[in-house]
Amino acid sequence: MSESYVTPPIRRSLLADGAVRLIRGITRGRHALRGQTVLKVGVVIVFAFLLMTALTQAWPAITGFHPTQYRDATRLEPPTTTHWMGTDQLQRDVFSRILGGGYASLVVAFAAVAMSMIAGSVLGWISGYTGGWLDRGLSLTMDAIYSFPSMILAIVLVAMFGSGIGPMIWAVGFVYIPTYFRVTRAEALQVRETTYVEAIKAVGAGRTRIILRHVAPNTVNAIMAVSSFNLADAILTVAALSFLGFGLPPPAPDWGFDIQNGQKYLQSGSWWMITFPGLMIITLSLGFGLIGEGISDLLNPRRRRKHV
Amino acid sequence: MSGLMRYALQRLLLTIPMVFILLTVIFLVLRVMPGDPVSAMLGGRPVPPEVLQSYRVKMGFDKSLPVQYATYLGGILRGDFGSSTRTSTPVLEELLSRFPATIELALFGLLVAGILGFSTGILAATRADRPVDHGIRIFHIASFAMPLFWLGLMFQVFFAVKLKWLPVAGRLGGQMAFSFEPITGFYMLDAILRWDGKALADIARHLALPSLTLGIALTGLLGRVSRASMLEVLDQDYITTARAKGLSERIVVLRHALRNALIPIVTIFGLQFAALMGGAVLTETVFSWPGIASYLMRAISARDYPAIQGSVVFIALFISLINLIVDLFYSTIDPRVRY
Repeated sequence: MSESYVTPPIRRSLLADGAVRLIRGITRGRHALRGQTVLKVGVVIVFAFLLMTALTQAWPAITGFHPTQYRDATRLEPPTTTHWMGTDQLQRDVFSRILGGGYASLVVAFAAVAMSMIAGSVLGWISGYTGGWLDRGLSLTMDAIYSFPSMILAIVLVAMFGSGIGPMIWAVGFVYIPTYFRVTRAEALQVRETTYVEAIKAVGAGRTRIILRHVAPNTVNAIMAVSSFNLADAILTVAALSFLGFGLPPPAPDWGFDIQNGQKYLQSGSWWMITFPGLMIITLSLGFGLIGEGISDLLNPRRRRKHV
Repeated sequence: MSGLMRYALQRLLLTIPMVFILLTVIFLVLRVMPGDPVSAMLGGRPVPPEVLQSYRVKMGFDKSLPVQYATYLGGILRGDFGSSTRTSTPVLEELLSRFPATIELALFGLLVAGILGFSTGILAATRADRPVDHGIRIFHIASFAMPLFWLGLMFQVFFAVKLKWLPVAGRLGGQMAFSFEPITGFYMLDAILRWDGKALADIARHLALPSLTLGIALTGLLGRVSRASMLEVLDQDYITTARAKGLSERIVVLRHALRNALIPIVTIFGLQFAALMGGAVLTETVFSWPGIASYLMRAISARDYPAIQGSVVFIALFISLINLIVDLFYSTIDPRVRY
């Protein structure tokens, strides 16, 4: 035998650990993806929107018409071969505007969901694992926020913070914290009672270590499923906030705001200014929703037939 | 004391800390978060500091936070929601007068969602994995993904502007708005009480698009729960027994399965009131519906601070009450639930 026993590097970072798990999960999960049409369609939709938004951010006039510049065209022109989706009251091309109009929705939805996911999950882990008065207090507070209509809460918050991307992220992010709290707390409560947690406690592991290495990873599946449905909902909330005038300042293209703008010309029958941005919102929200469906099916095969 | 009474009392006592926490969260959100309410109210214009200070004193913002909190809670306990800075009428009075409009809209929205969601859900379950089922499921998912305000606008474009079948917005049209005298504020009920057929027709026509909009937005969830619940029940042994006895599929579904499938559906139904109030904000904005949600929106755009706070507190109290009622209602639906 050699003279020394080489200790392996035990302190792998959490991040590296997570990355390894993710890659392993993807490669192992390939065969499970067979037949997951719903999930695939959702992923394709979301990627198409991300690509489209990135392209229009780099080249706003990708269609040949600039979304914010007035054109030498008729105002309020119905869809034609030149302007596929018509023009608005400032002679701008509606098609160019809807291609770039998802920027705020995507940025706010992703940032807000990330924020509420982190805040809600951390609180949920701690609350569920620790228990006691802290758990009771937090649960009651979260339930109280959860019971209140999230749309109204988001509107009031954004009205307090001001309008634009930053305030919308804070408002929407705050509203969804209880969603993650409830999911992670429930899982943490179960993990706390397991034998392996008891075992590692006996070995002398600290609370932080147990929460991070044992409680948290067990809640990842639930968080994943919730977050895609949450993104679908966030897209609608952001659209509603922009529709009410809390979104990007004009003349930036923005679906919700463009619909509000089109509302003024509704009586004259200018349906195209409202219809097309709305269809974009539906498609994107549907994309996230389908991903959520797919993930839930993957995680719970028993569910597959029932499609709850 | 009977079991139900004791449970009701217990549940009522539990509602108190819940409401208290909700009120505290609202207070913290509105007062402690960044942004000075006084300068916000004045529209962010440059105002001399003396004027700012006088407003602050007038609205009680010069006091320390605990004192403000105590004043706020004390006011709510006494039923004093303050006065609107925009119209200077008491906020509670204004909210109560607009409340019936919102409830009327919400109830009819719930009715639409109930009928559509329930029937499509049951239909999909009895035809599981056949084209009808797939079609209905796509409809349910689409109803989830649809922005409610957009749906409302599309209805307006199609039914009001293009076809001219229904009015674009409002609760009453033209002459009727001046001649009709409400009694309770629930216009449908008022028209019946006054035995006024013309008014009733006009009210129904105005109510149609908003309640359809609100209802369809909630159909998806109800439909999915109905479908899942029905499928679950149809899997049970006693259903197989019923079929084996030679009963017709109609009887099996309607007489044997439906009642048991109803329990989770009713649960979800009751929990939709919060979503309904959120949806009402957008529906009322799109259809210029004179309810509490549109009052809140107008208060927000005018930076009418007491009105914003009052509306939010009012909605919070109302939701808590509804949740309490729904909870107590379970026992009558599900005889297995004993308190």
